[in-house]
Amino acid sequence: MEAFRAEARGWLEDNLPASLRGGAEAIESALMRGERLGGDAELWRRRLAEKGWGVPTWPVAYGGGGLSTAEAKVLAQEMAALGAGNPMLGMGTSMLGPTLLESGTEDQKRRHLPPIARGEMRWCQGYSEPGAGSDLAALQTRCEDAGDHWRLNGQKIWTSGAQWADWCFCLVRTDTRRKHDGISFVLVNMRQSGVETRPIRLIAGNSPFCETFFTDARVEKDDMVGPLNGGWTIAKRLLQHERSGQGGGGRIRGGGASLPELAETYVGRDESGQIADADLRGRILANAMDARAQTLTLKRAAEEPRGNQDPGATTSIMKNSGTRIGQDKAELTLEILGAQGLGWEGLDFSDEERAAVRAWLGGKATTIYGGSFEIQNNIIAKRILGLPDPLGPARNQTAS
Amino acid sequence: MAVLTEEQTLLRDAARAWTQEKSPVSAFRRLRDAASPLAYDPAAFAEMAGMGWTGVIIPEAYGGSDFGYLSLGLILEETGRTLTASPILSSALAAASAIVLGGSSAQKEAWLPAIAAGELVATLAVDEGPHHAPAKVGLKAVASGEGWTLTGTKTFVLEGMAAGLFVVSARSGGADSDEAGVTLFLVPTDAAGVTRKALKLADSRGAAVVSLEGVTVGADAVLGEPGQGYALLEQVLDRARAGLAAEMLGAATQAFETTLDYLKTRVQFGQPIGAFQALQHRAAKMFTDLELSRSCVEAALSAIDAGAADVPELVSLAKARMGDTLHLVSNEMVQMHGGIGMTDAHDAGLYLKRARSQEATFGGQAWHRDRYARLNGY
Repeated sequence: MEAFRAEARGWLEDNLPASLRGGAEAIESALMRGERLGGDAELWRRRLAEKGWGVPTWPVAYGGGGLSTAEAKVLAQEMAALGAGNPMLGMGTSMLGPTLLESGTEDQKRRHLPPIARGEMRWCQGYSEPGAGSDLAALQTRCEDAGDHWRLNGQKIWTSGAQWADWCFCLVRTDTRRKHDGISFVLVNMRQSGVETRPIRLIAGNSPFCETFFTDARVEKDDMVGPLNGGWTIAKRLLQHERSGQGGGGRIRGGGASLPELAETYVGRDESGQIADADLRGRILANAMDARAQTLTLKRAAEEPRGNQDPGATTSIMKNSGTRIGQDKAELTLEILGAQGLGWEGLDFSDEERAAVRAWLGGKATTIYGGSFEIQNNIIAKRILGLPDPLGPARNQTAS
Repeated sequence: MAVLTEEQTLLRDAARAWTQEKSPVSAFRRLRDAASPLAYDPAAFAEMAGMGWTGVIIPEAYGGSDFGYLSLGLILEETGRTLTASPILSSALAAASAIVLGGSSAQKEAWLPAIAAGELVATLAVDEGPHHAPAKVGLKAVASGEGWTLTGTKTFVLEGMAAGLFVVSARSGGADSDEAGVTLFLVPTDAAGVTRKALKLADSRGAAVVSLEGVTVGADAVLGEPGQGYALLEQVLDRARAGLAAEMLGAATQAFETTLDYLKTRVQFGQPIGAFQALQHRAAKMFTDLELSRSCVEAALSAIDAGAADVPELVSLAKARMGDTLHLVSNEMVQMHGGIGMTDAHDAGLYLKRARSQEATFGGQAWHRDRYARLNGY
């Protein structure tokens, strides 16, 4: 493994443009804003695509690097050490790709995976609808057989990045008589006249999500993943990949200065050197200890053998604890900043102060999207703890 | 569960099998009802020693297996599940650590083989007041001739009635609450001037108030250097706290699993009460807390084995978080069982009482949170 580490380090040093060292966050936030990469970032994308290391564990045949999990871990460490961003990041690499690898046909893998691996296609997720949020299986977007293709009519909501996406993986209703067993999983080309997107302005002032309307939109016959009416199983599997990349799988949101550092500046210390407000000190401390426990748990989860790499139901635990700790941290940040933590615009407030306000508001989404805090608790109760379904037979009633 | 070696897996499986078969909660209940002064079953303890559980952190040269603290933690987790009463924590972990870390080869030779064999129970005599305060040492050590004279009182000494050897913190210099001037002594409990009185505790475990009235010991009773004992004591206490946290992890896990079984079987309104979402979400929170606390406990034990620099903060993280989780789970155990949980016949009360005792021992949640904060410059 040390030989591979040397190889990875050497390749990265040769190929990562100097201007991008330490620029991981800049690349990732540009991708989050839907920007097309240019200049050195575009050069880096092409080099990484050529090597397949944007998706290191995917098979070489589909544009991946063909690395083992252990090698990919080493590569990630070496990339982190150089602050190298991954220009392929997105729902294609984190969610659809792993799902297609598991459940796609050979033809689907060959058509869709390489453009994702090269960072050339941007994907969005068409799951939620106005009447199907936590009760996702109540979705009603109709998908009908139109002979040589499928015809799509309906509305999706909370479609992240739909306004700049090239493709959408979408849950649709193919049978109105059965609820879960009447859902199929299809891949929709967003670049067609039957698709319209409208950004939704959120409380943080930004618009990361859209409403997406399908009016006689066309889906090719060979772009249904899994069997007709067999989409729910695939949808749930994909959600596990999604959760493992959220609060849970990932770090705790709310970066920047640590809370004790902020408290030192905005609250001060008492004569004994402690954060001046004892109650605030206690709550900052509790948050820091929770965050440490979360980090140790992520580490433990990564080290423990997990059979077939199944992200499984434990991702629900990590999502709930991680998102809650991140939200607590954002609330504490605001409280520490005091009046300076209430600014919206203008030069009376620093960039960091305004960013803290936006992050606090934006972070409220973390316990709602990807299955809300309450839905995760339902999953833990049923799938891990084996408690009875509170809805009983009502859960599987036909969508009306 | 941490990544275990094959030896550790075998040890854990053996501990689980033995405790479930030979030392279920009913065994502890019988012990309580018998009100034995030792507060543990010597025959059961002899079996544990026979399986090597009393020598896990003791070097092979002194009769142990030197398997490390994570390994001993695995055993304590299993004994914790069934509330098994034994001197493993106080003797084979805490007192043994003091001698392993601070003892001369003569001291190791004199005491460790007996501890490893389970023939001798040794224990820490540290606290003097109602709250854990290892620097607050009033018990006086005065140099006299070739040795020392010790006078003062220690309280909440675990297995204080069973012990044959005390590891006593004493003040040989400095002012009350100074870290400098603390000396650790090895004091045989049959030394002239030692008296002890059993404390009757809510959790029915063995503890004592120990008084030393002009007890004279030789210079060879000093553990480490005179006046320099505090740093050693902290290292020893951190090992004891991590082991205790492992025992608490076992108790909390079992309390949770027993409660979960009840949620699946108790029927009201025509369905198992576990079908009610209000209870499901509380169960999900407990499970999540248990998972996070387990990570902290295993990280602390592993850090000790690795000789890591951040042992103190990881130990305080583990003891504080594990304490919070056990506190929650033990309360929910009673509440979710309803009326039956209030009866003495049910195990919930045993777990609740043990929980508070474990939380308070070697520093409660507040004490460890404050320590974590100070270690991190808050």
